[in-house]
Amino acid sequence: MTERKAVALPNLVTPNTPVIFNPDKCVGCNHCVEVCQIDVFIPNPEKGNPPIILHPDECWYCGCCVNDCPHPGAVKFNWPLQQRGYWRDKETGEVFRLK
Amino acid sequence: MTTWHDFLLREGKVPDWPYPVNYDTGQEIEGDVLVVGGGIAGCWAAISAARCGARVILVEKGDTIRSGAGGPGCDHYCDIPTNPLSKVDPDEWAREMTGPYTNGIGTQIQCREGYDTLLEYEQMGAKIRDDKDEYLGVEGRDEKTKFLVSPRQNKDHCRNTVLRVWGSTFKPALKKECKRLGVRIFDRVMVTGLLNEHGIPGNRVVGAVGFNNRTGEFLVFKAKATILCTAGNHSLYVLNTELSGYNSFRSRTMTGDGFAMAWRAGAELTLMETTGPLVLGLGFRHTWYGGAGDASYENVQLVDANGKKLPIPTQGWRDGSMPDAFLRLLPTIREGVLKGEYALPFYGDFPAMPPEEQRATWYMMLREESTSRIIVDTYSAAGFDPAKHQLMSYQLLEGDSPKQWRVPGRGGVLVDWNLRTSLEGLYAAGEQMFAARDHSFCAATGRYAGRKAAAYAKEAAEPVISAEQVAKEKKRIYAPVKRSSGIEWKELHAGIGRAMQYFCSEYLTDSLLRLGLQTLEEIEEEYVPKLYALDPHKLMRSLEDLSLLTHAKIIIHASLARKASSKLLDFYRIDYPEVDPQEWNKYIVIKNENEKVVTRMLPQYFWGDMKKNYEAHNQDYQGVYRGK
Repeated sequence: MTERKAVALPNLVTPNTPVIFNPDKCVGCNHCVEVCQIDVFIPNPEKGNPPIILHPDECWYCGCCVNDCPHPGAVKFNWPLQQRGYWRDKETGEVFRLK
Repeated sequence: MTTWHDFLLREGKVPDWPYPVNYDTGQEIEGDVLVVGGGIAGCWAAISAARCGARVILVEKGDTIRSGAGGPGCDHYCDIPTNPLSKVDPDEWAREMTGPYTNGIGTQIQCREGYDTLLEYEQMGAKIRDDKDEYLGVEGRDEKTKFLVSPRQNKDHCRNTVLRVWGSTFKPALKKECKRLGVRIFDRVMVTGLLNEHGIPGNRVVGAVGFNNRTGEFLVFKAKATILCTAGNHSLYVLNTELSGYNSFRSRTMTGDGFAMAWRAGAELTLMETTGPLVLGLGFRHTWYGGAGDASYENVQLVDANGKKLPIPTQGWRDGSMPDAFLRLLPTIREGVLKGEYALPFYGDFPAMPPEEQRATWYMMLREESTSRIIVDTYSAAGFDPAKHQLMSYQLLEGDSPKQWRVPGRGGVLVDWNLRTSLEGLYAAGEQMFAARDHSFCAATGRYAGRKAAAYAKEAAEPVISAEQVAKEKKRIYAPVKRSSGIEWKELHAGIGRAMQYFCSEYLTDSLLRLGLQTLEEIEEEYVPKLYALDPHKLMRSLEDLSLLTHAKIIIHASLARKASSKLLDFYRIDYPEVDPQEWNKYIVIKNENEKVVTRMLPQYFWGDMKKNYEAHNQDYQGVYRGK
């Protein structure tokens, strides 16, 4: 196992990953940074890379960052665990949950 | 790498602040009309004033492209009885919608001009019709106009006052039109205070000051007329600032800034004593369409775990009910659950609907409404199919909702038939007005206020701002960045929320309210001077806390002034238990005069004859925009 250096960090705000960027598809255009009304993101210091999630605790899950992304597949919504809902198949009764 | 701590672990340092920080620099911007808040009402006010020839400044805390409650979308355009399919008279419908403690002025404007705003949305490139024939066969679809009429308030197609729309296309269209008209937009700027002539509250409003929440830059706006288009306040009672899915209709940014600014400038406010339980998604409940609120089952029949229909009228064509039907029936259903009559959990029975209605509800209505597009998209991608699946409702699974989690209610700035406030030069529109309503209300009143403010600005004297008032506000704004320890915005927010939950919640008495006021004053004296902010973003959140604090005090003052209970206002005084006694069946108007709270009363329907007054004030109304 690769040894990982431990650093002294305060507890992280949670949940802290409202979206997951795909670095292969995201070109760092920062459109999501602009459409977010509360500044969840900041631009990455390295141009062309996905933005950094700085204020995830303020996210209201409006989805505009994903809805308006001009590069399909570059950013995926990631519902917090406690917000993942349920549905069932009317015929079989099998219950599913958003994974 | 997406998260902040990934960056830290990889780079061995925290990211630098990405924007240049200039707390001490600033600029002064001058115009005819200043619009504070770039949501639906604000954008419409700016567009309308610009079309009247005014030089317009629009200031928005987020980015105008998607900001505000209406930024992500809107599925229903309500109360537009001048649409060609309507079966009701606009003036009669406005009166019908105007009960006690409502806003007859705004409702009359909405009913007369709301449809015109919808047509103007279309001119701007937004989508309002099923022009690609995607929803052929859906009940309420009109082939000639290609409008989709909603079943809302529309039993057996009796009214046709509400249209289903593609509201996710609206906000970008508004921003584009603002730019086309030369409106000077200042995004990411929080306005913190209004400026009065000679710096004296109660005098004419001549502009505002604010700061950029990315760079910290100080901005002074000087204008002949100002339109307050800020929103309500949905976090006042919230203790936990890490509640994800914070509120499915309102974001963190809506913190009562407008109430606080109007109060400090000396404007009159009314209905400020109203609060109500927070029923929509709040962190520990699911977001809308995930479950909380369950107005999501508009048009969708709810069934119990065994498939038995619940006695809830959906807003379908056969009953045409309002979205609050579930809440009204909740006590009966709760009793049924406890007796074993209905089994938990409940489900929305999409497969029971005709296929075209399933599609229109899931893929069009829900996908266009507020924040729910992303819900529909992620659930669809995960396999949810409305033809086969029933969506779980979370109502009653957690027991009763805690009633101390409340939201401020119908309070807002008092306006006249010009949508002018009690202060010369200050106008208000949208949710900033008392007893405001929905998206089309905000659009219509914003557009109306824009032309009235522009007309005033044409005749008004040059504004003169007070350097002393500007300096005082600048000092107030930047105090938190001068400290790096003390109390941070999150703790202050929670402290204010706790004071309101304890002393201004479901049970009200004079002594509880006074204890609340005492707590808030103590917070102001002891803790506000210790407030610290480490960057411009946190400075914004800190200043928002100060808005919360002022708003909270106004609510308590107004609550102390109403010495009666009221079912209509969801306002219950244990020490004045009589409900809606005749002598208190009035609006309490409240203002801050020389740091003293002054109140007066206005009767129900104080706006007079709605049709007559609307027509008297709008003889020059031009209808739908015909300019280039």
